Amino acid sequence: MHDKTLAELTDALHSRRISAVELTRHFLDRISRFDDKLNAFITVTEDLALAQARAADSRIARGEATPLTGIPIAHKDIFCTADIKTSCGSRMLDGFISPYDAAVVERLYGAGAVMLGKTNMDEFAMGSSNENSYYGPVRNPWNHALVPGGSSGGSAAAVAARLCAGTTGTDTGGSIRQPAALSGITGLKPTYGRVSRYGMVAFASSLDQAGTLTQTAEDAALLLEAIAGVDARDSTSLDSEVPRYSRLINEPWENVSIGVPENFFEKGLDAGIAAAIEAALQELAKLGAKLKRIRLHNVHLSIPAYYVVAPAEASSNLSRFDGVRYGYRSPDALRGDINTFFKRNRGEGFGPEVKRRILIGTYVLSAGYYDAYYLQAQKVRRLISDDFARAFETVDLIAGPTTPTPAFPIGQKTGDPIAMYLNDIYTIGANLAGIPALSIPCGFVDGAPVGMQLVGPPLGEAALLKAAHRFQSATDWHRRIPRGYE
Amino acid sequence: MLTIDDIRKLADLARLEITAGEVADVSAKLTAIVRLVDELRSVATAGVAPMAHPLDQKQRLRADVVTERDAHERYQRNAPAVEQGLYLVPKVIE
Repeated sequence: MHDKTLAELTDALHSRRISAVELTRHFLDRISRFDDKLNAFITVTEDLALAQARAADSRIARGEATPLTGIPIAHKDIFCTADIKTSCGSRMLDGFISPYDAAVVERLYGAGAVMLGKTNMDEFAMGSSNENSYYGPVRNPWNHALVPGGSSGGSAAAVAARLCAGTTGTDTGGSIRQPAALSGITGLKPTYGRVSRYGMVAFASSLDQAGTLTQTAEDAALLLEAIAGVDARDSTSLDSEVPRYSRLINEPWENVSIGVPENFFEKGLDAGIAAAIEAALQELAKLGAKLKRIRLHNVHLSIPAYYVVAPAEASSNLSRFDGVRYGYRSPDALRGDINTFFKRNRGEGFGPEVKRRILIGTYVLSAGYYDAYYLQAQKVRRLISDDFARAFETVDLIAGPTTPTPAFPIGQKTGDPIAMYLNDIYTIGANLAGIPALSIPCGFVDGAPVGMQLVGPPLGEAALLKAAHRFQSATDWHRRIPRGYE
Repeated sequence: MLTIDDIRKLADLARLEITAGEVADVSAKLTAIVRLVDELRSVATAGVAPMAHPLDQKQRLRADVVTERDAHERYQRNAPAVEQGLYLVPKVIE
């Protein structure tokens, strides 16, 4: 059953070819068989999953099921879950039991989805390889020596290895799309505000957005229509009707123009990825899309702008972790004064990358540097956003590579943060502009998956998913399963 | 270039302990990051309005009414040290 897509599992459940309990047991068995090696899960919630599966079966029997009732999924461990550990991949929150559910969790519980557990991630979502987790790195199911990408690395690996039907993730600079690309699956980052951030541990509040990791665009549509929508508890959530994405993706696909940014194909792009993307673009053209070469003039400034804005917001957001009300407390903390107490709790509770980001954020916000860095980065953010807005005056979507290189070996970039940051060169722009984007599998380089990114205008999720669905109806990259996981 | 003294000062401001063993590595890596973001300083941005939020969203306000119920016992279950409903920290006032 694990080779089926989420949409196919919905059919199987509704036509009673399988029960939710059987399906849940099947995936739990796969987790216990494979996850010692992969390390995609931080917590497996077996008892809860089976209880939810039993409830789903009675709901299906009563004829009250949604498309997600009985579907086994997992949440990135950044989403708060009442009575279940929410670690955010950090020693700081290793023992933290949230008193409430995140909006995304609540909505998927409400739809009747079955939660199998919480997935591994880079600490506080800071990273592009999942090597920054307190719980150890996640392995790429396509090749265990490679990283799965990050920060939603556990969510990506779990779907790629078919340990669940779909997962949630968060994307601040590429943290859904980049691991989706490196793990050979479909990853969707919706428009900023499309999905409530309530109960999602904050990293950079003007960039963070929840989304989905699935086998297909159709599966992403089904999950997105369940989690999207306004929420009074997140004042930045968009008050805009949620379309029936899963229906819209089947509508005719006509007169679609796709912009291809020339500057995404210049220096730094792996030749194998370039070839796979060119072939995928030709496939889109064959399906009827009109391709148009464009330039996004300021996109090369995305990484420097991001590494000012994101750490600045992170340094403020993470100031709440002080070891007073919750979180890690050093065994020596009560000896010494109050500042030593804070410094010890934070110094021992946070890992090296989180500390670097807090320090950079503190630096760019400090007196004398605020205008030169923080304000200037916000102005450059406007330039980047304007480039996208101008492009969408003449094209419907933008397409290109998701990442400059395929998955790299575990350990290769851990000593060099700058090399790690460059992984997100093509993805960060959509976060700075707040626009939706997704990555879909479109080939392989030496056995490692390649992702094609599609970017859309604000609230353009339906157009993105429709294009991706059309591509997946004509190709089978998304149906490939890593060897050993068939 | 961020010197070891700069790092100590920043760490102080951020209430973050950076041990003697960590400080040289932190200083080298932060210097590299600052060099990366320095590219921004030469960009012409005269007359460009800073963008603090995507899509220039306005924050919604809600009515000023109490929506939370008292759940302090539940919240304090996560606390490292509590006595008589109070969080324990080192002595702050002499």
